[in-house]
Amino acid sequence: MFQVLCIFIPLLAALFMPFFFKKISSIHTGWFVLVVPIFLVIYYAMFVPTISKGDSVIAQLDWIPSLGISFVSYLDGLSLLFSILISGIGALVVLYSIFYLDRTKEQLHNFYIYLLMFMCAMLGVVQSDNMMTLYLFWELTSISSFLLIGYWNNRDKSRFGALKSMMITVAGGMMMLGGFVLLSIMGDTFSIRELIGQAAEIATNDLFAVALILILLGAFTKSAQFPFYIWLPDAMEAPTPVSAYLHSATMVKAGIYLVARFTPIFASSEIWIWLVTGIGLLTLTWGSFFALKQTDLKGILAFSTVSQLGLIMSLLGVGAIAFHVDGAQDTIFKYAAFAAIFHLINHATFKGSLFMIAGIVDHETGTRDIRKLGGLMSIMPVSFTVALIGSFSMAGLPPFNGFLSKEMFLTAMLSITEFELFNFTTWGILFPIIAWIASVFTFIYSFYFVFKTFTGKGQVDRLPHKPHEAPVGMLISPVILAALVVVLFFIPNVVADSFIKPAVMAIQPFLYSSPGQIDIHVAAWHGHITTELLMTIGIIALGLILFLTLSKWQKVYNLFPSKLTLNNLYDFIIYELFDRWVGGFSGLYMTGSIRRYLSYMLGAISISVIATLFIQDAFKVTLVGATPIRVYQIILIIVLVIGTIATVFAKSRITSIVSLGLVGYTVSLFFVMFNAPDLALTQLVIETISVALFLLAFYHLPKYKKEEERTRFRFGRAFVSIAVGAMVTLVALSAHSQKLIGSISEYYKETVYSLAGGGNIVNVILVDYRGFDTLFEIAVLSIAGIAIFGMIKLRLSRKGEKL
Amino acid sequence: MKTNDVIIQFTAKLVFFMIFFYAVHIFFAGHYTPGGGFVGGLVTASAIVLLIVAFDLKTVQTILPINYIYMVASGLILALGTAAISMFAGKPFFTHYFDYYNLPILGKTSLHTAALFDLGVYLVVVGVTMTIIQTIGEDE
Repeated sequence: MFQVLCIFIPLLAALFMPFFFKKISSIHTGWFVLVVPIFLVIYYAMFVPTISKGDSVIAQLDWIPSLGISFVSYLDGLSLLFSILISGIGALVVLYSIFYLDRTKEQLHNFYIYLLMFMCAMLGVVQSDNMMTLYLFWELTSISSFLLIGYWNNRDKSRFGALKSMMITVAGGMMMLGGFVLLSIMGDTFSIRELIGQAAEIATNDLFAVALILILLGAFTKSAQFPFYIWLPDAMEAPTPVSAYLHSATMVKAGIYLVARFTPIFASSEIWIWLVTGIGLLTLTWGSFFALKQTDLKGILAFSTVSQLGLIMSLLGVGAIAFHVDGAQDTIFKYAAFAAIFHLINHATFKGSLFMIAGIVDHETGTRDIRKLGGLMSIMPVSFTVALIGSFSMAGLPPFNGFLSKEMFLTAMLSITEFELFNFTTWGILFPIIAWIASVFTFIYSFYFVFKTFTGKGQVDRLPHKPHEAPVGMLISPVILAALVVVLFFIPNVVADSFIKPAVMAIQPFLYSSPGQIDIHVAAWHGHITTELLMTIGIIALGLILFLTLSKWQKVYNLFPSKLTLNNLYDFIIYELFDRWVGGFSGLYMTGSIRRYLSYMLGAISISVIATLFIQDAFKVTLVGATPIRVYQIILIIVLVIGTIATVFAKSRITSIVSLGLVGYTVSLFFVMFNAPDLALTQLVIETISVALFLLAFYHLPKYKKEEERTRFRFGRAFVSIAVGAMVTLVALSAHSQKLIGSISEYYKETVYSLAGGGNIVNVILVDYRGFDTLFEIAVLSIAGIAIFGMIKLRLSRKGEKL
Repeated sequence: MKTNDVIIQFTAKLVFFMIFFYAVHIFFAGHYTPGGGFVGGLVTASAIVLLIVAFDLKTVQTILPINYIYMVASGLILALGTAAISMFAGKPFFTHYFDYYNLPILGKTSLHTAALFDLGVYLVVVGVTMTIIQTIGEDE
């Protein structure tokens, strides 16, 4: 119970933040916030001994028990690792933000409420076992991320970036919800653990592939995979603590988490392996290639994040191959999942510190443009050191943790060539080559990031601010992260035993029964020269050459036409397709003309009814039971037809009104003829009144434009009119010819005197048998009368004054 | 020039009562022969309209100082009330009661709660028709 409530602790704390900000304004609100993630880190750290043994802890809080929806906090290796990352980096980011955001200039309560909301959402995403609450928290991360990106909402670019990330991630979230629903239909449960238990049966279901693709779409949009990565660079308009937290360490890894979590269900599928590995590698290469085109520090880091996420994703794809290999725990495929988790931890540490350094540079110099920066090494030595450690780790150099995970990445990619199923024998060889090329680019942009900023000539005098080293408080967090980067290199196996192996257990539960069985020993030097090591040396050599000649070949990027980018496609879809084209298309039929709408409605009704009549073969005409036609009926019909034709074709309106009167009186004559005296009476009087009212309306027509004109002939209208006429005639004929049930009028005839004490059946029906109708008809009449009264008497001007 | 409508005004005075009593007749006769509250109401309204045509709106309003909107409301209340009577006796809504009585002058007569309901209809129809005609007529 308390375990579930812990997810909501940040949200509860958020309630008090406006109070702290308004009432205790002398202390930076961030200090109060800091308590929350620190508490959570300690709380979750207490689970480590239990979880590292391979056990899991579960707690449940029912939300909608009748639908099987509940808040579940399920802590196994994977979710515990993420929870500690979220709360740990959360604490560091909050600490950093205390010095980054000015207490007096910023709306801090808003910032920290959004941040705490996000923390709650992320914890919920990684701990939820119930797919519906997982989706709930997933959307909450999208919403809080939207709010955080648009934190400086008076800037155009912030709002644009926030909207873009919202559009893309929510679209993916919707797809994911669809996938969840399909999964729950297949497995008849919302619980992921139970679904994993039924993985074998689910894989044979027809909906399996659809659910797979939908869930992958959710993961790819959130984790900024190709081609959905475009929101991430635009999200860099957020305050830097947000970029460091959301867009490098946590939220973008929600997609990674999702893929890892669902691997046991979907890994049996070829589509899964190809998509996850392929898209991951494509993203890796694409992101690392285009990172060099950026001139904005955070832009470089955004593309670098995209590419690193692609790397982790591709590793998870390869990790899924282990499900197809017999005795996988003895082969090299086992490395992939391990490498993915390891790199995830490493990426969170070095990317977090790099973002914080970018923020410091921005804060102290006033610009993030790499073309204006340079020569900051002697001015900001601590920041430079941290940036150097982070970049070298990102590039995959020893003695930093990135080296270890990059080696394992290459190992995993090389292992693909040994996989024999699903066409990997033909195409598999491409994977290590692409991975190697992407690694070269990763190396170049890492160097580009750190050396273009801190070394070189630079124009220190021309910067917006006079640069100096950041305050100590701001440096604490990046220094801690950088220290972790180095420490992780020296003690990888401690981390592996307590965090990574339990997480791998969660990804590949069928292969191992306890984390101790995972026989992987991370070592910087294997004692002999391996292919991976040679590849790393190649990366360093080629990377150095290309970096030194960067200014010569960087022009390559100008060759790419800016019209053909994915951002342009997004702008086209949102602003051209939806705003202009779709808007223009609805403008085509929503003309505001009532005649137009009427012809849509009548046309649609008549066509569908006529079509139904013939498709169902319901049209029948019999003349059985028809009464013989009399002469005066024919005469009346001729009069009626003449009246109708005159109404439609009359040149003058007054002729139309009089012809309409003719039609009305003829109808009352029909009532006389067909023995309906009550109807005839009423029809006569009502017709008189309505003709008088028509004449009144005619008399008051405005003089201007009161031309007497024949109704113009329009083919469309004529067609619709004829269709409606045909429909009514056909329906009437077939309805008359197919009376299935006798009339109930016999009952009225028998009981009109004995039960109701009357002689006029019509009137007795109106006031007695079915008086209910009459009651509301007189109500309708009253409303009409009062409405006319109101319309005429109450004439308000636009401002609401009486005229 | 004001025309002298003496013939039409004199005729209207006579015809008004003929129409009005005819309306009352078809209202009461409705349960056994064609007619009823609706037609009765319309015919009554047309009698009043005849007066308006012969004289003018102001004069008729002084002769018949009726607020027709109140008339509509009372008609609705009467109709609803009649329909609701039976509920006090534990019967379903809209149960009517009738019986035959020997009244002093009229002899054997049937009295029926449906007539009260029909009276409600009558009042509403007269009220609504007259509201419409009066408001449109008064409008400049």
